[in-house]
Amino acid sequence: MLSSSGTRLSEADLTDHDVLVIGGGNAALCAALTAREQGASVLLLESAPHKWRGGNSIHTRNLRCMHREPTDVLSDAYLEDEFFDDVWRVTGGITNEALARHVIRASETCAEWMKDYGVRFQPSLGGTLHLGRTNAFFLGGGKALVNTYYQAAERLGVTILYEAEAESLVFDGKRFDHALVTYNGSPRKVSAKAVVIASGGFESNQAWLEEAWGEVSRNFLIRGTRFNQGKMLRALIDNGAKIIGDPTQGHAVAIDARAPKYDGGIVTRVDCVSLGIVVNRDGERFYDEGEDFWPKRYAIWGRLIAKQPGQVGYSITDAKAQGRFMPSVFPPEQADTLNELAAKLELPVDAVRKTVDDFNAAVQPGNFDHSVLDDCHTWGVTPEKTHWAQRIDEPPFYGYPLRTGITFTYLGAEVDDKARMYMDSGELSDNVFLAGEIMAGNILGQGYVAGFGMTIGTVFGRIAGKEAGSYAKD
Amino acid sequence: MQKIEALIEETRSNMTICNACRYCEGFCPVFPAMERRRVFTPEDLKYLANLCHNCGECYYACQYAPPHEFAVNVPQSMAKLRAESYRDYAWPGPLAKLFDRNGLLTALALAVGVTLLLLIAVGLNGGLAALVTTQHGGDFYALMPHNVIVVTFGSVSLFVLLALVMGMVRFWSESGEGVAGLGDARSWRQALKETFSLQHLHGQGEVGCTYPDAYHSQWRRRFHHFTFYGFMLSFAATVTGTIYHYVFDWQAPYDFTSLPKLLGTLGGIGLLIGPAGLLYLKLVRDQNTADVRQMGMDVAFIALLWLTGFTGLALMLLRETSAMGVMLVVHLGVVMALFITMPYGKFVHGFYRLLAVYRNALERNRSSH
Repeated sequence: MLSSSGTRLSEADLTDHDVLVIGGGNAALCAALTAREQGASVLLLESAPHKWRGGNSIHTRNLRCMHREPTDVLSDAYLEDEFFDDVWRVTGGITNEALARHVIRASETCAEWMKDYGVRFQPSLGGTLHLGRTNAFFLGGGKALVNTYYQAAERLGVTILYEAEAESLVFDGKRFDHALVTYNGSPRKVSAKAVVIASGGFESNQAWLEEAWGEVSRNFLIRGTRFNQGKMLRALIDNGAKIIGDPTQGHAVAIDARAPKYDGGIVTRVDCVSLGIVVNRDGERFYDEGEDFWPKRYAIWGRLIAKQPGQVGYSITDAKAQGRFMPSVFPPEQADTLNELAAKLELPVDAVRKTVDDFNAAVQPGNFDHSVLDDCHTWGVTPEKTHWAQRIDEPPFYGYPLRTGITFTYLGAEVDDKARMYMDSGELSDNVFLAGEIMAGNILGQGYVAGFGMTIGTVFGRIAGKEAGSYAKD
Repeated sequence: MQKIEALIEETRSNMTICNACRYCEGFCPVFPAMERRRVFTPEDLKYLANLCHNCGECYYACQYAPPHEFAVNVPQSMAKLRAESYRDYAWPGPLAKLFDRNGLLTALALAVGVTLLLLIAVGLNGGLAALVTTQHGGDFYALMPHNVIVVTFGSVSLFVLLALVMGMVRFWSESGEGVAGLGDARSWRQALKETFSLQHLHGQGEVGCTYPDAYHSQWRRRFHHFTFYGFMLSFAATVTGTIYHYVFDWQAPYDFTSLPKLLGTLGGIGLLIGPAGLLYLKLVRDQNTADVRQMGMDVAFIALLWLTGFTGLALMLLRETSAMGVMLVVHLGVVMALFITMPYGKFVHGFYRLLAVYRNALERNRSSH
């Protein structure tokens, strides 16, 4: 069974539903399913075509779950306080503790709820063993998850429209009245008793990125969907929602510069930064590559590279690094001499040569061990490399060009623990509920901890669906 | 027609992306087998292609599937390479060309041709009139002497067996495991269990596979079981019949409650249901995960299996009537056509799949030590 096709859509189909869900990723689907559980009729608008449905969720692979004892999908235990400590640490305290703890506690029931809709889990993936205790991995990753939810939604009678893009919202005070939607190329008015907005952030909107980051953002790559245009975020701003967060905050990592502009996803990551050095366009180092374990540091490198000239960096390693990291999809540039490598990377050869020579001269003797914060460090070079510093002297030499890859943004609107949106006046909106990336900034002011975005999306999707459903049925 | 080199390159390019992603590693053995390798030789890729059951899960779950510019489509590239590998392994080499000609029409023409040949043989033996009487009293051999059947089918069977074995030898020699590699009992136990239960079409969590489309279903596995076990039961019926004849000197025809009859009836029913179901699924399936060039080969095999079951059952039901003679000749013609096409058609997939599953078990057990 496919979802209702556009041409036979009646006007009533666009105005008679109890709950309107704007968005088509994990949070939106969790909201749609939960609203159906309440007996509400649900219309879901996905701006993407069927083949691109699911937003950034299609690139995810797990969610972080609290649990008191080993389960079929998680090992050991992961309790509220440890979970919250992890959130506290990565956000540097920029979080709403009550909401964060609310999400953490609710995460305990997520896996079972997901399984009821047919979601399957698997042991943590190769190369991610350190996440086996804290994160439950979806079998087949996020697109399989999203497919399962869409099929469940179809089965339960959720009306799903693809290529239906909400352009703006019309409020009556603090009450949502209707949305203006482009569907099949024509403008339509869509109303419902309550609305759940789970339409992601604005990271794919180049104009908006430029507003926040300036012209440098033209050199950014977007790791996820091209459909996160932030139109609903703009609509919330226009309608007097209480906006939170910094538009320059989000998740930005260093990815392979050869990645496509959108949807490069997981395979464009470059995991060898801590095994070598990173230079900028001028052939100079600019940050301690060995500051901490790569999984704890990869999310700062997006910003670091954004601040370099041309917003580009180059990871340089030698033969010793081979086989110690997950392969990227693009083969590295490779050469038998550093000069040749620098030329291939179109870097100033003399500058690279000098940087490497200075670095090599500063490397102190030590026992290399990539699995611990080892004692291999430099002395007398700026910046120092504090761990895993080994001379780069064993050919062949390898180079990966790096660019800033934006994963998601944190700008959003404030919500209460029932996912209800706050107006700028401090009042709660009557019938507007938010879930996913558009409200994640309530909990993640900055920084990121793996799998937490999907946790927030699932928990707040369910809350928003439940509240919107029961509001509409009252 | 795409050259095998191009197919190798396409599959290798997919595997390079998959190996950097690995989201699918829980679906089936192909991805863990991929992860055990850093480079992908043509031999490795052909092995992975034969390990792939074309369940489709990884295509629907793929964030890089078309319209993404990476255009990853593992089931389809594996299917194309797998078909090409059948030609590669075929023995004797020149006969591999038969794969290209092995379509529905060829198979049916062959069945008709063999049937006509048999009719001529019967005619020479005792006159065609014998075919349309009931004087035979239900005795096949009154029409066609047992020895004639044994000699014709026996020689064809021996050739077919030799060709199949040679194909498997070629497949295995590419593994680099040598003859000694075939001796691991534990891996055989696992491989036989996985193969005969079609474990890799179960889907994790027993939901079935994404075939014929993105929605999980158990029907492909069920129809395949009807087909495979139907075939095996029919084969067992023939074998027990032969044993009755030679070992115990019990002459056909046998009672309906006899072992050859019971096995043959069940097998025939399986061959009516299974191939019909598989054909239906094949006709409605999502073309995105299919190799359209294989359609002819697949349908030919399915049609001959179904006709084998149908003519076999018809022969049994019509045995006391005047139609028996014609049915016998037609049945034997169909079975002979099925046999002849075996080494150069879809039939071979079972052998290469079993060996690939065994090789995977061998590697898996080795790497877990």
